Amino acid sequence: MEMQLIFFYVFAVLSVGGALSVLLFRSPVYCAMALVGTFGFLSAIFILLNSEFVAAIQLLIYAGAIMVLFLFVIMLLNLRTDKSPGLTWSLPKLLGVAVSIGILSQMIGVINSPAAKIGPKDIFSPQYLDEKGSVKVIGEILFTDYVLPFEIISVLLMVAVIGAVIIAKRHDTDSGGEG
Amino acid sequence: MDAILEILVNPAVQAILKIAVIVMGFVMLTGTVLTLMERKWMSAVQDRLGPNRANVGRFTGHGILHIAADGLKSIFKEDTIPEGADRVIFTIAPFFALFASIVIWAIIPFAAPIGGFTFQITDVDIGILLVLAVTSMGVYGAVLAGWCSNNKFAMLGATRATAQMLSYEIFLGLSLVGVFMVNGSVTVSTLVENQNTYWFDGLIPKWGVFTQPLAFVLFFTAMLAEMKRLPFDAPEGESEIIAGYFLEYSGMRWSTFMLAEYLAIVGTAGLTVTLFFGGYHIPWLFADGFHLFGWILELPVWLVALLQIGAFITKTIFFCWLVIILRWTIPRFRFDQIMELGWKKMLPLALANVMVTALVLLAIDHWQAG
Repeated sequence: MEMQLIFFYVFAVLSVGGALSVLLFRSPVYCAMALVGTFGFLSAIFILLNSEFVAAIQLLIYAGAIMVLFLFVIMLLNLRTDKSPGLTWSLPKLLGVAVSIGILSQMIGVINSPAAKIGPKDIFSPQYLDEKGSVKVIGEILFTDYVLPFEIISVLLMVAVIGAVIIAKRHDTDSGGEG
Repeated sequence: MDAILEILVNPAVQAILKIAVIVMGFVMLTGTVLTLMERKWMSAVQDRLGPNRANVGRFTGHGILHIAADGLKSIFKEDTIPEGADRVIFTIAPFFALFASIVIWAIIPFAAPIGGFTFQITDVDIGILLVLAVTSMGVYGAVLAGWCSNNKFAMLGATRATAQMLSYEIFLGLSLVGVFMVNGSVTVSTLVENQNTYWFDGLIPKWGVFTQPLAFVLFFTAMLAEMKRLPFDAPEGESEIIAGYFLEYSGMRWSTFMLAEYLAIVGTAGLTVTLFFGGYHIPWLFADGFHLFGWILELPVWLVALLQIGAFITKTIFFCWLVIILRWTIPRFRFDQIMELGWKKMLPLALANVMVTALVLLAIDHWQAG
């Protein structure tokens, strides 16, 4: 148990540090790489929480696919280092700070509430996950209790893909391409 | 003596020892030897002798000393960083390339477990998903190296690498779905153990290549594209963009890219064997010896383990050879051909494989239920 706590603090500090450096680095590529690091450390924390499946998907989808596309866009647009002077205060920014503090206090309230103190139980208890494996547990829930939301999400993604294809094709005919 | 045994029983110590033996003793060694064997096999294809001049006195060992000569050369070569390059990223990019091909060995087993001892670094529940997760990180090596070199050819290589590797990652994952469905698991130990069950009263082993033949073809093709080997080496395409993304690298950093390429070959071979060719299993060999048609040859446990390790290594080296010989057999695809093969041929085939597998599994279930 001692060991787990040490690992948790190491990865927690590293992921918060990574998230801060996303904001503080000037070069967009460094920011993107800091975000990749943050995702990596977050997936380590997921492993400590007995959800290996979420950890693998976090790496596979966020760090491996989405961030590569981010990086690709940064490179194609050839974004260079942000030369603007440091922080300047404006009304939208102050509003943003206020909203963030509001959300943070809400989250602290939820974490401190007695309901959150019970800890994982039933199918989410570490014993059960260890016995059946996190992939199996998630698969069973996904295809029994949550099969309708799951299907609706896949239809939603399908719509997004078709939409992207249509937008790309329309651009083709406008510019006199083969269409 | 007892004190030593007590240390050895500690799982953390065992894990570290296994990492040392597997990564240093097998993966690195095979990767390094492959750098020479590629040139030897290539010259055999082209009816030449290949490198054979490096010598100590009169000893040349048919070119085996070229491995040491190459190593020494790249250590002492000047390590240049081009002007205008991003120094930090230029320095770390090669290690991203190396990362994936080493990490996948964490889950590949070399022999069946004996008692509580496994010949595998860790048998995590997510198994093959871990492989997919780390191979998806491999693309950073190519992208960052190409971007930070401040060179247009390198940038072109990086662009090609991103498009190719991101696309083929999808087919890699989809091709494996059929395998997961047949086995009902993604855990490596289950996948390998299931390949030691048999059809027709113990006659034909249920190797992945027999239960999922199309998945094997798709997986192997996608892996070739993931590691940017010919015929999918458009990201480095020497005749078009010089060396692509690692064009500005020299010395030991260049060697890291080179080693990463060969380690990727070993990793691909190991993974193919584990998923589709029975892993460490020799047909009809069980934990207590050979069983065939009721005929039994009993063998001691240690001999079975040794045979299994030998079988795994032999199969892995066969697939290393296959990957290399493919390079000297098939010419490079054009980039639009790579994309077309992926999205218009491999994607529908992979999806069809998932559908057909599902239908067949359903039919079998129905038939068995009566």
